[in-house]
Amino acid sequence: MNAIDWPQRVHRALKDAGVRLVAYVPDAGHKRLIELCHADAAMRAVALATEEEGIGLAAGAWLGGARSALLMQSSGVGNCINVLGMVRECRFPLVMLVTMRGEFGEFNPWQVPMGQATPAVLEAMGVVVQKVAAAHEVAPALAAAARLAFDSYTAVAILVSQRVIGIKSFHEQAAQ
Amino acid sequence: MKATLHRREVVRTLLAERGELLVVSGLGSTSWDCTAAGDSPLTFPLWGAMGVAAMTGLGLALAQPKRRVLVITGDGEMLMGLTSLATIGVQRPRNLALAVIDNERYGETGMQATHTAHGVDIAAVARGCGFEAAQVVWRESGLMAACRRLRAGAGPVLAQIKVVPEKLPLALPPREGALLKARFRRAVLGVAADAA
Repeated sequence: MNAIDWPQRVHRALKDAGVRLVAYVPDAGHKRLIELCHADAAMRAVALATEEEGIGLAAGAWLGGARSALLMQSSGVGNCINVLGMVRECRFPLVMLVTMRGEFGEFNPWQVPMGQATPAVLEAMGVVVQKVAAAHEVAPALAAAARLAFDSYTAVAILVSQRVIGIKSFHEQAAQ
Repeated sequence: MKATLHRREVVRTLLAERGELLVVSGLGSTSWDCTAAGDSPLTFPLWGAMGVAAMTGLGLALAQPKRRVLVITGDGEMLMGLTSLATIGVQRPRNLALAVIDNERYGETGMQATHTAHGVDIAAVARGCGFEAAQVVWRESGLMAACRRLRAGAGPVLAQIKVVPEKLPLALPPREGALLKARFRRAVLGVAADAA
């Protein structure tokens, strides 16, 4: 385990940023943050069936005056590509917190292509990419991303490195 | 069965005396239908992002739980976002309604058959996902009841309204996405739309 409880700090940063809607497709790296969001009576945590649903949800929430954030694994970024066009054309604020696979010490080769393409794909669609490689950097990065998104009408993705998530093998993942 | 309803009249009926109703329309013909019924800042017409109209409606419904939200989209657009029905069914927003204007065609690309032309029943999928009510509407006689459910029934509700496949004159809303977003937010939120 990381010495720093970054999911707890991210949860706090989301609340401080006025985020009351958190949508996600589960990832092992997001397990604790998802639990914290579900346990928070002041937040609505919405499970998605596929990540692109979350782009529509975030857009609709902003149209109605609510701030939201999306949690996903890097593989899910690929599912969002076309609909990110709406975010750019409409200048919707967007906060994506992406846990990386296929990036650092990966054990599953099928994760590598999308993991390696994730920053380029996001940048190609006009999303500001901010990489985080240490647990203590995640919550401050989220707070800054929320300001960039909601105050400056920008789409921002924070990519949380496998160095932070720390999954080493399939068996360890299965045991989570 | 053969469709008898005409999409422009159906959408005009759905939007009659719309008042404070918030509308999201799916890309293509349903956005033109909504514009033909009267462009409004309280309509957010999609020009792209095929497949996310229903989820945009869900986000809006969760953000504005006291306002009625109606998504008007086509069968092709809804098929591309079919998983949304499962997500909406789990969230159970009381204020969200989906009208699927079903001509069984991809209307913008050459009128190719969609899966609904081969019997795929979107309303049955919605029922299977836990919607409060979801029906296929074939006739004028069923349209008024469906309209009442869409406008005021406990959500989530869906009506799959079969319409005649027809090519109609374009009725285009503004195209610029940032403008559509800003005018919608101002209409819903007032001065708060422009505050931090």
